[in-house]
Amino acid sequence: MDLGLDEQQEMLKNFAHDFLEKECPEELVRKMEEDDKGYEPDLWQKMAAQGWMGLIIPEEYGGTGMRITDLAVLLEEFGRFLVPGPFIPTVVLGGYPIMLAGSEEQKKQFLPKIASGELIMTMALTEPSAKWDADGVQLEAKAEGDGFVLNGTKLFVQDAHVTDYMVVAARTAKGKTPEEGITLLLVDSKSPGVKFEPLRTIAADKQCEVTFENVKVPKANVLGEAGKGWPIVEKTKLLATVAACAYLVGLSQQDFDITLNYAKERVQFGRPIGSFQAIQHKLADVVIDVDGSRFITYKAAWSLQEGEPDAELMASMAKAWCSDASRRVVAHGQQIHGGIGFTKEYKIQLYFRRQKWMELMWGDADYHRELVAQKLEV
Amino acid sequence: MDFRFAPEDEAFRREVRAWLKKNLPSDWEGHLRDESGWGFARGFARKLSERRWVAPQWPVEYGGLGLSHWQQLIYNEEMSYHRAPLGYIAIGVGWTGPTIIIYGTEEQKRQHLAGITAGETMWCQGFSEPNAGSDLASLQTRAVRDGDDYVINGQKIWTSGAHHADWMILLARTDAEAPKHKGISYFLLDMKSPGITVQPLIDVMDNHSFNQVFFENVRVPKSSLLGEENRGWYMATTTLDFERSSIGGAAGALRLLEDLAAYVNETPRNGGTLVGDQRVRWRLADAALEVELGRMLSYRVVSLQARGVVPNYESSTAKLYNTEMQLRLAHAGLEVLGLYGQLKPKSRRAQLRGRLERQYLWQTAMVVGGGTSEIQRNIIAMRGLGLPRG
Repeated sequence: MDLGLDEQQEMLKNFAHDFLEKECPEELVRKMEEDDKGYEPDLWQKMAAQGWMGLIIPEEYGGTGMRITDLAVLLEEFGRFLVPGPFIPTVVLGGYPIMLAGSEEQKKQFLPKIASGELIMTMALTEPSAKWDADGVQLEAKAEGDGFVLNGTKLFVQDAHVTDYMVVAARTAKGKTPEEGITLLLVDSKSPGVKFEPLRTIAADKQCEVTFENVKVPKANVLGEAGKGWPIVEKTKLLATVAACAYLVGLSQQDFDITLNYAKERVQFGRPIGSFQAIQHKLADVVIDVDGSRFITYKAAWSLQEGEPDAELMASMAKAWCSDASRRVVAHGQQIHGGIGFTKEYKIQLYFRRQKWMELMWGDADYHRELVAQKLEV
Repeated sequence: MDFRFAPEDEAFRREVRAWLKKNLPSDWEGHLRDESGWGFARGFARKLSERRWVAPQWPVEYGGLGLSHWQQLIYNEEMSYHRAPLGYIAIGVGWTGPTIIIYGTEEQKRQHLAGITAGETMWCQGFSEPNAGSDLASLQTRAVRDGDDYVINGQKIWTSGAHHADWMILLARTDAEAPKHKGISYFLLDMKSPGITVQPLIDVMDNHSFNQVFFENVRVPKSSLLGEENRGWYMATTTLDFERSSIGGAAGALRLLEDLAAYVNETPRNGGTLVGDQRVRWRLADAALEVELGRMLSYRVVSLQARGVVPNYESSTAKLYNTEMQLRLAHAGLEVLGLYGQLKPKSRRAQLRGRLERQYLWQTAMVVGGGTSEIQRNIIAMRGLGLPRG
């Protein structure tokens, strides 16, 4: 038992910290809010050169073959520096399900290109019903000739407009349960009939509405087995949930660091506001929220990595906790900053807005609270 | 990063568990702190001593087993989970011993340590006074040098178990002129000394646990002074850190959570069971993840210790979070039981043997004792975050 980072993780964390501090400054984060693509191709290539896109991809497919806990450590730094762009969608929502369920040919086709930064991916899962569960998947895929034809709408699809391929969850059959009859398709984003419309969101990230109008997908692009895609989605959701937690840990830590610094420097009544217990006690509570988020996230990442029987429970516990805790962290951050925190010019708002985004992604606290409750049932 | 216990640690856990099964009655409810409870706790301490398990974390030369930090955690967890009665040995093991090991003379070690590990000697703690609570350093009990003795006059309060204790660790002022932190000394006081009066202070649970202790010209030989004169505050803050790092309490919360989960799965409600009630489900779900989080905050402290790092504010985060979490859990559990939640253990209608009523009252004391939640937040803010003193 050891909750600390190992030597390799310590190196990864420190390197990522220094790299992102230099390569992903606040100006870039702000610029990408206004940018159509929402990411900087130069930075994307530099990150690929560090081996980050291939971090959890096995070496035989061009990756570095590291583990899920390592990815969590890296994503913590992404949260700290609010790295814009399709990193999580590509690595977690695109690469991971291919690692889990792809044919040898698909693995060879996709994974090395993901690792090298040539391929951007995402998963198109949620629809206008905005549900994370299997019955939220209603997009129709009709078998036709040597493939499928897609018709319908996906909503809240991260960075879809800049992707090369999407993993699309579609309904190919009406099963006895909502989980049956869902097929995952690797859809070329440039296919005729696919349209993207970026949504305007609180975090100025690039979630899209994606419409499919008679989009043809060859049978060879089925990921896993037709009609049996949902278990792959479930596993991907688990990693995506842990990834969201890791991002929130870094985001919370940085919001806290900025706020602590401000409390030491801001003088009112002739002394730093951080000398007042009203402020000190808020900050002490924030320490517990941030530290608690970190260790429950590490445990969730580790449980998933090791295939522990309680991996799902841990992921839900982590997301329920991190969603609520990170909201308390940024709320205290805003309050301690006072008026300046509400200005666009000052940096703390960047964290405040993005917290809400990640709080909602992959299930908010109540969604996961219910999943935890289900595990308590005999 | 590894969340798995080593095989030898798991084996140790099984060993402690099996031993507790054998040595605690199957319907054991924990230390009730009535007179029979103290008697049982004393006998239990003796049984522990047969395994060298009174203070297994102490070095072997002082009667312990030199357990690793993780095994000490496991020991704490199992004792807490099984509601083992450690009240008899708690002060001796957690406070007296570690302080004597660091600051005591060879003679003091010889005189005191063996009695603790044998489960023979019970210690109490004479720190708090009516006007020195959170501001402990302002304590006023005087110790005045007189020949080869010190003469003690004053009063202590909240002294758990003083009516059974053989010895007391005592903080008293030896220099009234010095700044408050620099005039305090640390004594090892025989409770049989003439001039000591112990007066019960019954708590809201109707237990006699606390006492007031009055000193009237109590003579202690100077050989009972621990460490240097006027350095007592600094030794006491070492022991305060021992208390704060006494972790593993989340395991007791886990036990209560398991009780509650069983209860809601068995209790009929609206044609189903209570677990179908959304409010109940979410309360328990929150409780479950809060218990897990409390565990992680404790494990983090042990991770640091196991790596040879002395925890700083981290012990305070674990104390603060775990005590407040257990109070919330008691409150949530009591509400899940509804009207039944208010029933005391001896009530014929009590559910879960009245544990929630007990826990709700008890945990209210736990966010005060050992440094209030507010003091813990001060420590985190000033010691941990480097914020200026207000």
